[in-house]
Amino acid sequence: MRKFVSVAVIVAAMACAAGCATQTPAPPRAQAANSKPGATGAGAEKNIEAKVLPPGLDPSVNPDLYPSTYRPLPSATTAIINARILSPGTPEITQGVLVMNGGKIAAVGADVKPPPGATIINAHGRVVTPGIIDPHSHLGVYPSPAVEAMSDGNEATDPNTAQVWAEHSVWPQDPGFAHALAGGVTTLEILPGSANLFGGRSVILKNVAATTVQAMKFPGAPYDLKMACGENPKRVYGGKGRAPSTNMGNVAGYRAAWIAARDYQRKWDDYRAKAAKGEKADVPLRNLQLDTLSGVLRGEIRIQNHCYRADEMAQMIDISHEFGFHIAAFHHASESYKIADLLRREGICSVTWAEWWGFKMESFDGIEENVAMLQRAGACATLSSDDENLVQHLNVEAALAMAAGNRAGLNITRPEAISWITLNPAKTLGIDAKTGSLEVGKMADVVLWSADPFSVYAIPDQVYIDGGLAWDAHNPAYQPKSDFMLGQPAVGGQR
Amino acid sequence: MARLLVPVLALLALAAPPAIAMAETVAITNAHIYSMGPSGEIAAGVIVVSGGRITAVGASARIPDGARIIDAHGGVVTPGLVATNTPLSTVEIAEGVEETNDNATASGVISAAFDVQYAVNPNSVLIPIARLGGVTDAVITPTLNGRHERKNMIFAGQAAVIHLGQGPDLLEKTHAGMILVMGEDGARIAGGSRAAEFVLLAGLMEDVRAYVHNLANYDLGHSRAYGLSRQDLEALVPVVEGREPLMISVHRAADIRQVLRLAREQKLKIILEGAEEGWSLAPEIAAAQVPVLLRGYADLPQSFDMIGSTLENAAHLNAAGVLIGIENPPIYEGGRTPRIDAGRAVAHGLPFAAALASITINPAQIWGVADRIGSLEPGKDADIVVWSGDPLEPLSAPTAIMIKGVEQPLRSRDLDLRDRYLHPTDLPPAYH
Repeated sequence: MRKFVSVAVIVAAMACAAGCATQTPAPPRAQAANSKPGATGAGAEKNIEAKVLPPGLDPSVNPDLYPSTYRPLPSATTAIINARILSPGTPEITQGVLVMNGGKIAAVGADVKPPPGATIINAHGRVVTPGIIDPHSHLGVYPSPAVEAMSDGNEATDPNTAQVWAEHSVWPQDPGFAHALAGGVTTLEILPGSANLFGGRSVILKNVAATTVQAMKFPGAPYDLKMACGENPKRVYGGKGRAPSTNMGNVAGYRAAWIAARDYQRKWDDYRAKAAKGEKADVPLRNLQLDTLSGVLRGEIRIQNHCYRADEMAQMIDISHEFGFHIAAFHHASESYKIADLLRREGICSVTWAEWWGFKMESFDGIEENVAMLQRAGACATLSSDDENLVQHLNVEAALAMAAGNRAGLNITRPEAISWITLNPAKTLGIDAKTGSLEVGKMADVVLWSADPFSVYAIPDQVYIDGGLAWDAHNPAYQPKSDFMLGQPAVGGQR
Repeated sequence: MARLLVPVLALLALAAPPAIAMAETVAITNAHIYSMGPSGEIAAGVIVVSGGRITAVGASARIPDGARIIDAHGGVVTPGLVATNTPLSTVEIAEGVEETNDNATASGVISAAFDVQYAVNPNSVLIPIARLGGVTDAVITPTLNGRHERKNMIFAGQAAVIHLGQGPDLLEKTHAGMILVMGEDGARIAGGSRAAEFVLLAGLMEDVRAYVHNLANYDLGHSRAYGLSRQDLEALVPVVEGREPLMISVHRAADIRQVLRLAREQKLKIILEGAEEGWSLAPEIAAAQVPVLLRGYADLPQSFDMIGSTLENAAHLNAAGVLIGIENPPIYEGGRTPRIDAGRAVAHGLPFAAALASITINPAQIWGVADRIGSLEPGKDADIVVWSGDPLEPLSAPTAIMIKGVEQPLRSRDLDLRDRYLHPTDLPPAYH
């Protein structure tokens, strides 16, 4: 349990730092790292580098690299009245009011009165849900058009590329972002692909139209490291005549990397201990790959692990025990239902599908009821898209999964099913204190649906992100369009 | 091949024959019928089935003595859905188990002559899963995917229509259509330019016509050299004679226009597939009386061929009078059933009845099997689904499925997996 506590503390600290950064511009980072210009002068101690290393050489300086510059869209105090309010963890309110103020949910309930001066949206009985969160997306790194020139999702040059960051591949002009928004998606995690044992860092984005990825970065969100089990890494590298070419080769690869990360941590710890005592010490060479891996071992970076089979998940859990880290979620997780109790005990979420299965051996046992069975076993259950089309229809995926669960007699409730695409992905990503449900004080990430969101006929009429109207299906002024789509003569519909 | 066939045949002989239920006389009562045929919609009616065929449909059809009754309890009853443009039964596991992928060939000799009918596996465990999606019939189309390294082979081969019932023979129609891939994918095969595709294709059509007119000389070796093997030339004869439809995968508006022109000049009977920018020339497609098969999820500019993709494509084409079918993506890629994609088109402007037609009677017409499937009419095959609710809604599911008059078990391998792990016992799951 201890590792959970330390993760929470660190995440909270990071959140504060980044949260502040969104309020007032932070000073230039290089300057902060170099803040004692006289320190390296003629009279300095010979081990003075212990206190200040040249910019970029000390991994402990400024953990908030490449900071978010996200600014919420303009918003007014808004009350959605006569709404059917569907949110995780609470009974559905058949006729209620939701108030958004200052980018946050200010009030929600059956007896809430709209504040004076608020913009009133009459839902006329339509359903309001939290914004949808897709915890497994490759938008921006595998954008549309799917051309080789922008196929930036897999650094498939080495089985360990923990040093790469997905955000450095994201193309903010991917038209897929606006399509996902039209489907009600307000937050996404963009991951590197699964060619490698360690694919690199993921990035959590607010689904706002922006010219830079920094302006999309979810303020204060923790970082994730993508790992991959199974067929993909061994196919990619075995096919090149190098390790890994088997599952046992995969496991040896993970373990060797974690050993290197522990060793790297030890070197820095030794260096700092000696430097603190004024002893002479060699500065370890900073290594981006090991920075990320040791960030995991310190509990600052969460593991998102592509893994289909139950037996492979159990192996990954043992590896996490050997080296002392926690796996936040298994992704795709086609066989999670076979080990639901183990996943519950370990506190690991499953990020899976209802309808995608069987496209390779390791997904052959995927079933529609996976999410519902995890839910009933008390394990964290989440849907995701991993696809630029499915991301637009995750509400229907949740409906299919709920229906399958109920045919199996699992009595899945509507708030439970909506949690699979809202609160549970927020938990998976470590942002559930900020978004994922319609609770007072959370980010006002809200969808107003044209019909029941568990209907194929429903489309989001309006989508709010941090209280700002980001999409309106009936007002072209609130339908963002990527630069790429400008001037194209053949545009035939809003989606 | 002989080396492989012998043990397989021996195994089949040893296995007990599967129990095949007999077609019986059945009346489906209290049914909200969407007949998709001349009977239209019947709010409360009866469907009578005998000898594997539908014998009566109506508000007051007479129930024969001794008929088994399936009470629909007011539920919706539709024709079985038709999955269109699917590899079902010819691919078991798409990635990493290439040996189960029989819907494409890299052969340098066989392209147009490639015929999926020989690859249909009635024992595919994917079939019962598709059936539980309300699919009773499927149009199996070959593809070039993954095996198009060879040049000048722009034909993927010939489609077949199967039913998803039980038993050794699922084939309903062979040589149902010829599959041709154009646009960017075809251009890659034709040397890098789509301009080459059209020149190449016109030349191949000329070759087939010349072959037909000089058959005797061909056999004597007295004809000029043709661009295709004898098998491919033979396979294309019904296509150039307009007897077998040519399904052309094509996406951007300019290419669709070129294809329409080619079909007019060559007097071909064509089906457009994909046609993401078809909405922009819907009246032209309607005037040419060319049907369109649509990918129901397509709305992104996933290539420069598809800048104009929109979920409203189905609605625009239908409104212009184009006969549309909504395809079914591979079952392992979110395509357990075509009904959700049809429903999505309704959310983007397609009338409900047109959406249901796009996955029942329309594909049956497009593939030339509407005399037997696609609607609930006396004389047609009894391929019928009783639904728990609106068939296009994700919360609905079939409560009864009949194929050729035989009620199907509502079971599949994935339900077996579900139940094994849903109800643990003291013994490992492998024991139950």
